[in-house]
Amino acid sequence: MDMKVQKAKLGLKEKYRLMTRDLGWTPSYQPHEKLYPYAAYEGIVIHDWDKWEDPFRLTMDAYWKYQAEKDRKFYAIIDAHAQNNGHLNITDARYLSALKIFLQAISPGEYCAHKGFARAGREFPGVGTQVACQMQSIDELRHAQTQIHALSSYNRYYDGFHAFIQMRDRMWYNSVPRSFFDDAMTGGPFEFMVAIGFSFEYVLTNLLFVPFMSGAAYNGDMATVTFGFSAQSDEARHMTLGLECIKFILEQDPANLPIVQRWLDKWFWRGLRLLSLVGTMMDYMLPKRVMSWAEAWEIYAEDNGSALFKDLARYGIRPPKGWKDAAKARDHISHQFMLAFYQWSFGTAFHGWIPSEADLDWLSSKYPETFDRHYRPRWDYFKKLADAGTQFRNVGLAKLCQCCQMPCVFTEPDDPTLLCHRERVIDGHRYHFCSDHCREIVEHEPEKYVQAWMPMNQLFQGTSGGGGIENWMRWVNLVDGKDNGDFVGSRDQRNFAAWRGMATSNNGT
Amino acid sequence: MSQVFIVLQSNEETRAIVEAIEQDNPRAKVTRQPAMVRIDAPEHLVIRRTTVEEKTGGAFDLQSLHINLVTLGGHVSEDEDELSLSWNH
Repeated sequence: MDMKVQKAKLGLKEKYRLMTRDLGWTPSYQPHEKLYPYAAYEGIVIHDWDKWEDPFRLTMDAYWKYQAEKDRKFYAIIDAHAQNNGHLNITDARYLSALKIFLQAISPGEYCAHKGFARAGREFPGVGTQVACQMQSIDELRHAQTQIHALSSYNRYYDGFHAFIQMRDRMWYNSVPRSFFDDAMTGGPFEFMVAIGFSFEYVLTNLLFVPFMSGAAYNGDMATVTFGFSAQSDEARHMTLGLECIKFILEQDPANLPIVQRWLDKWFWRGLRLLSLVGTMMDYMLPKRVMSWAEAWEIYAEDNGSALFKDLARYGIRPPKGWKDAAKARDHISHQFMLAFYQWSFGTAFHGWIPSEADLDWLSSKYPETFDRHYRPRWDYFKKLADAGTQFRNVGLAKLCQCCQMPCVFTEPDDPTLLCHRERVIDGHRYHFCSDHCREIVEHEPEKYVQAWMPMNQLFQGTSGGGGIENWMRWVNLVDGKDNGDFVGSRDQRNFAAWRGMATSNNGT
Repeated sequence: MSQVFIVLQSNEETRAIVEAIEQDNPRAKVTRQPAMVRIDAPEHLVIRRTTVEEKTGGAFDLQSLHINLVTLGGHVSEDEDELSLSWNH
């Protein structure tokens, strides 16, 4: 008679050891350095890769199980959203602008992160790190796919969603996220890890996904909440991987400290510039708002970030160089950026607008130190011009920062009435910068940044569709009169109102 | 004193987990926001498998927390019985 044998269940630690360390081997056909040719050139010294461990101790078998469940939940909701005209449940069609920016600017970044982690997983010599990077690479691909899939249901009804892939490469404001990820991907594996795994995931993604997705829920957008939280459930693991990697690098050799500090300085600042886009979405594009950008910054960057840097102080790490300037910019950047978007709305694949009186009041209450003094009068002035039928248009092209590629619209850290502008001549060419921090980044690696593809410069050179605004619009796939311009009077506004009317009464047909 | 925190999606599965966290961490503060629950605690926070199992009456695999996790802050340490968050300063 067969006896049923109770198989001893493996403990998490034992299982992790078997499913990571045990998958590695010592090469015998080729020397180690030839297998991992990019592991040393950045100057980071690692003595023992086995010291790195994933604190979640996640192994591939468990990974597939939980990811499959996340995807099942995601698609159940996406199906329900499509079947029930979910697009009509959003609070207001202005909210669509936030989704358009997300799809054009952020989702392609997820795809870049996927490629970057696939490469990092190959180039890091440690097995634990390879497995964790592989999981993250698959996560990021899932994020890009689920976001595109979820937002495709809006593309059936609204303008501006149709050409996000081309726009990622060609649209001027999308060169901000594009250059961020391109910069990270063209660094070595360690810099990539600090850039994305640590600065972006740990210090900054909380600001991107958590309040923004909670805001999506508040605005009735189930599709976005679902992809947002589904992606964010992976971010907790990514942040932990980033933090673990940085501790590991710092513990391995004291020579690593100055290199890592420089990367933290650089990537914190680049991340901050990228996130000013999110700040603008949070403060201006969510019809119902959970919290302001300033409040989110306080909770997720100042409180959580300071706890983190206090913790890393024992390795000799200090808060990033731009930390204080970032705090000073907190109450300004979203307003400065939205004002810029409004002036250039003829060249954006989403709609701009002048905030309503109620929205201006909300901004005044959230930014008591800055809004009434510096920004509300400008909106009032724009409103006066618009009411008189002479809407303000800035037809000049913006001067772009050679580092972050943002138009130079931000002000001096200590003087919000003075535009911040720095320049530097390198090999006979004059380059512009939005801040001291961006200039420093370029000065450290000028040979890298002088090669940057700058959309405004290209437009002047006639390489973006053959010169002229009309050719440029065709080239970026921007449909004039539909994708761009003011929300008021737009096709999106008309269609949303008409379809919602049909959904809530029997008289709309 | 630094805070550690964990944010979970608010749904049926996490209700018992949040209750377990409140029971095991008397100093934890629970904040409910649209679609999510945020739990902050000074210095340290622990999630115990057995406490969640007492609440639900069924088996609970701690790693399944990944499905409903939104974000966290602090160093993670996890084995089959508990997941803890802490800072080292």
